Amino acid sequence: MKSLRNLLALAAIAVAVATPPAFAAEEVNLYSARKEELIKPLLDRFTDATGIEVNLVTGKADALLKRLETEGRNTPADLLVTVDAGRLHRAVVADLLQPVESDVLAERIPSAYRHPENQWFGLSIRSRVMMYAKDRVDPSELSTYEDLADPKWKGRICIRSSSNIYNQSLVASLIAVHGEELTERWAEGLVANMARPPSGGDRDQIKAVAAGQCDVAVANTYYLGTMLTSSDPAQREAAAEVAVFWPNQDGRGAHVNISGAGVTKYARNRDNAVKLLEFLVSDSSQQWYAEANSEYPAVSGVPLSDTLQAWGHFRADDLNLAVLGRNNAAAVKLMDRAGWK
Amino acid sequence: MSAPDPWRAGVIAVATLLALPVLTVFSAVFLPVGEVWRHLVETVLADYVVNSLLLMLGVAGGVLSIGVTCAWLTANCHFPGRRLFEWALLLPLAIPAYIIAYTYTGMLDYPGPVQSALRDWFGWGYGDYWFPRIRSLGGAIAMLSLVLYPYVYLLSRAAFLEQSLLALEAGRMLGAGPWARLWRISLPAARPAIIAGLSLALMETLADYGTVQYFGVSTFTTGIFRTWYGLGDSGAAAQLAALMMLFVFALILAERWSRRQARYHAGARTRPLPRKVLTGWRAWLATVACAMPLLLGFVLPVGQLVVWASRTLEATLADPFPRLVLNTLGLAASAALLALLLSLFMAYGRRLRGGAAVTAAVRVAALGYAIPGTVIAVGVMIPFGWLDNTVAAWARDTLGVSTGLLLSGTLFALLFAYMVRFLAVSLQTVEAGLERVKPMMDESARTLGLTPGRVLARVHLPILRGSLLTAILLVFVDVMKELPATLILRPFDFNTLAVRAYELASDERLAEAAGPAIAIVLAGIVPVILLSRSIAQSRGSTTVH
Repeated sequence: MKSLRNLLALAAIAVAVATPPAFAAEEVNLYSARKEELIKPLLDRFTDATGIEVNLVTGKADALLKRLETEGRNTPADLLVTVDAGRLHRAVVADLLQPVESDVLAERIPSAYRHPENQWFGLSIRSRVMMYAKDRVDPSELSTYEDLADPKWKGRICIRSSSNIYNQSLVASLIAVHGEELTERWAEGLVANMARPPSGGDRDQIKAVAAGQCDVAVANTYYLGTMLTSSDPAQREAAAEVAVFWPNQDGRGAHVNISGAGVTKYARNRDNAVKLLEFLVSDSSQQWYAEANSEYPAVSGVPLSDTLQAWGHFRADDLNLAVLGRNNAAAVKLMDRAGWK
Repeated sequence: MSAPDPWRAGVIAVATLLALPVLTVFSAVFLPVGEVWRHLVETVLADYVVNSLLLMLGVAGGVLSIGVTCAWLTANCHFPGRRLFEWALLLPLAIPAYIIAYTYTGMLDYPGPVQSALRDWFGWGYGDYWFPRIRSLGGAIAMLSLVLYPYVYLLSRAAFLEQSLLALEAGRMLGAGPWARLWRISLPAARPAIIAGLSLALMETLADYGTVQYFGVSTFTTGIFRTWYGLGDSGAAAQLAALMMLFVFALILAERWSRRQARYHAGARTRPLPRKVLTGWRAWLATVACAMPLLLGFVLPVGQLVVWASRTLEATLADPFPRLVLNTLGLAASAALLALLLSLFMAYGRRLRGGAAVTAAVRVAALGYAIPGTVIAVGVMIPFGWLDNTVAAWARDTLGVSTGLLLSGTLFALLFAYMVRFLAVSLQTVEAGLERVKPMMDESARTLGLTPGRVLARVHLPILRGSLLTAILLVFVDVMKELPATLILRPFDFNTLAVRAYELASDERLAEAAGPAIAIVLAGIVPVILLSRSIAQSRGSTTVH
């Protein structure tokens, strides 16, 4: 029975260690699908400016949603941060967020980038576009996402797995325009044009273009941006080989998604959470997104970083982003049927 | 047997508690089967099943051939480098599977240095030459085999070392040659240990997400997450997970059935086997056979990590490293100790009381090892969240105080999840060790008036010392590498090395991720060396009388 006694002692220690410290007077608690590296610096600035402590747990969006859901009305989380609109939509459907009335937020964030009832707000914009090999592709060959299914691209396209949320969102946006039937034909055409079975992440697709394995990659622009400014020379060299092409500029515009946040339904530090949201859309925070991770600011009129300026102005699809969340399951299914691994 | 039996009740209670998350997930089979299932069956389910089976088959072949060969050689032969290999062969254990996958992709993928150099030398372009595609099913099998073979190596080596000279001499007298003695005496006698190691490796293979996801291989695990994240159907995802559990259960039963009534007890007091001295080409062949897994599973990938880390030294050093290391080591050490206590309690309870109920309870409690960490985490969150909210509601209504969440989001919940996930590792090791102790010894000790607790403390523990240290080492290293459950369940502002490495790697910043990855490996090496030393010492003291 000695083992049992030891066990109990250990358990007691574990509980003692795990018990959260007495709550500070002013704080706000975040569940964030944005990686620590890409949000902590802003949170530290917020604490410096307001004296409000920020506590952070990072993780995958759906897991954080599940945690929020199982913790129910006693959850310590005040703010949920995600890196795509689909998950924010899912949080709204699961009734995990609450509407926020804030003049600052309403004024600064364009309506396409926030929930119709202000349950979530876009904080930065991410565009998924074509990137081509400068030495092998004439940009006049490129035109639209739809065109990537054309047989002329056979064996020339690199794109990652359909398990990836950015691809799911892109296909969800195509469903919104063309319907499921046509989009499935398109996906079949795209699969037939792939240079290799999908694997790896967006940077891997860009590197494959640089190395000559394919001519065109579909990837988020900030991956190229962070490769260009990487401390790793190999990444910078690869990034220099490719150029950005903005698709569908004569039509609906390039596909965009957001990283955004919403105040949780049972937030205990609601006011602080709103303060933090307002801080995140201030000019200096918005500029930080561009400088640190080459994302586009959600607030218009904020000066862009050099990397973003070099890519020029583009027209963004103004589809309401909640649609991406609604079409997500349909997108996954049709990619399954089209054989997009 | 009419009086309440604390051992039996205790074992069943602990097992039930640990089975709770697994049962929570399993209960999803009673949910109505939705339209999502029709879609899965029509499109991707066959892929999931076939790929998972091929992956397991391949990894089984890989870990058996590497693990058993190296274990037998280092246990029974003398050849150049044996003393080094003895412990160094464990090192790949310290490398998370997804990290080794990243390093090999960096080295061998099309844009990597190897293929680029080939293209430069021969003036080739894309499609001009054949090169094995690292990101493929075959690549995943190679990666997982390289980091999982130490399970088979560790457990089967222990078994080879404990084998009695008498049995082998009897074999020789009956006219069996060296190969016949290996195949008909050594290997069959080591079978429980080999199988225990193999099943750990295979369960880990089935639960792997990082490697197969990065390589674009659709398995059960990637399917579960695709169904949950992509299709947004957590019910169907849980049903897929339940199906996978049935699969594991069937495997375990098949293995038990195949051994049926066979018993594997070693004689306690035997002379250690003299090692056969290999000479000439045989010695070098043995050296090469042991050097390959060490080179491929450790030296090369760590070398690549060092190259990456040196490119980003500044960023690496800026990290709050000491804090991360402390968190990681503290968590791993407490989980390893806790798991050891629990598995001793359960294994011993089963030995003492046996019985179908206890055995079934022990089996179910060990199922968690084959289940992806994220699924376990969800299985932990649901009952804990329910309990916390029920207590909080009760406290509010009757006492008028707000308790908040007592268990959810604490290190206790995280440790509990580790127990669910990793108890099998510790339990398998302890049981494999205990199984080699003849029941006769228990009986003699009891006859001499020792209580069951005393038998454990005075008779079994000293004999089992090697197995217990092995159990601690395995859980320690496993927890240190663990990612998905840690990620979801950890408290606010609490990071580990694995979380840090993952966050950078999943953002495809491999060079930056190399720093924390090396730290995981370094932190893992120290206990690996210390423990393999003391395992070796404990062998020396129990075998020489």
